[in-house]
Amino acid sequence: MPDPTERPARHAAEDETAAPATPPGRSLRDLGRALLRPSASHILLAAVLLVFGVGVGTQLTTKAADDPYATARRADLIQLLDTATTETSRLEAEIAQLKTTRDKLQSGVDGAKVAQAEAQNRLDNLAILNGTVGATGPGIRVVVYDPGQKVSASTLLDAVEEFRDAGAEVIEINDSIRVVASTWFAGANGSVVADRTAITWPMVIDVIGEGHALEEAARFRGGLVSQVQQLGGSVTITQETSVRITAVRSLPQNQYARPA
Amino acid sequence: MFAILALLVGIALGIWLEPSLPPGLTTYLPIMIVAALDALFGALRAWFDGTFSDRVFAVSFFSNVLIAALIVFIGDQIGVGSQLSTAVVVVFGIRIFTNAAAIRRAVFHA
Repeated sequence: MPDPTERPARHAAEDETAAPATPPGRSLRDLGRALLRPSASHILLAAVLLVFGVGVGTQLTTKAADDPYATARRADLIQLLDTATTETSRLEAEIAQLKTTRDKLQSGVDGAKVAQAEAQNRLDNLAILNGTVGATGPGIRVVVYDPGQKVSASTLLDAVEEFRDAGAEVIEINDSIRVVASTWFAGANGSVVADRTAITWPMVIDVIGEGHALEEAARFRGGLVSQVQQLGGSVTITQETSVRITAVRSLPQNQYARPA
Repeated sequence: MFAILALLVGIALGIWLEPSLPPGLTTYLPIMIVAALDALFGALRAWFDGTFSDRVFAVSFFSNVLIAALIVFIGDQIGVGSQLSTAVVVVFGIRIFTNAAAIRRAVFHA
């Protein structure tokens, strides 16, 4: 290793005679004066310091680039890489596990959604069947004129059964009586009662279903129309694209029957 | 005056131009800078002693830097690079402090 303090001492001893004689033991003031006064030796000094400056500047920017791995050694880098690889595989395993959990939960949610849609569908069907909600859809409107009030409860029951056979889904009488499974008809001496409600004339029957089939169910020989005509009344039937039924029934509470 | 200007210009050049160092050299540059610092302090001490020579300074500067880099390079080849670079930094650090002490004595007479 060269020694810039020792070796210059020997060389300088020879050069010192050529250089302007300066007594040993200079002060800081001498240094400033020497630096301010340009001389030939300053050029070599400047060249060396320029090289040194470039090196320092380069190192500063390398550090400023904030890349601690650029100057790291191979062994350290290998260790870092090993750590990173281990961490990566650990995290990947965690990702896979979490994905499995997520998929499980997802399928559970989907299953629950399907079940809920199914249940809602059944609920809607049962609600319409039980008459607890209003309904709308294509169907027919039947108006029965019976000036002699001779139409009997059994005629009415036959008509309802024929409508059901023709695929009626919802039947309503006089915008107030919802005909459901438990609806009953009774009557005597020219008055007809359905579900405790007296039927007023002319009677209006709204039916939701396939319009043509429902109309045929009323018009066939021996059906509602011909029966009423025999009794001296008349019937008008109009097929409508949208029949709106608003009469509802409260849900009866089963006293004995329980779901099995 | 030239010397200090050259030093500043050199640092500015190094920062602005950002010379791209070959990847193999990045571990040696800090060592080389420490060696150069040692040469600088040695030169300053020699100047205060009245034995300064620009030729000797230039030669010692470059040989210092090269030998320091060589030692670390050999260390890297035989697998003790980081230890040897630590050793070089320690040795140069001690020498810089010694030179700094001599300079302090010359400047402050204390």
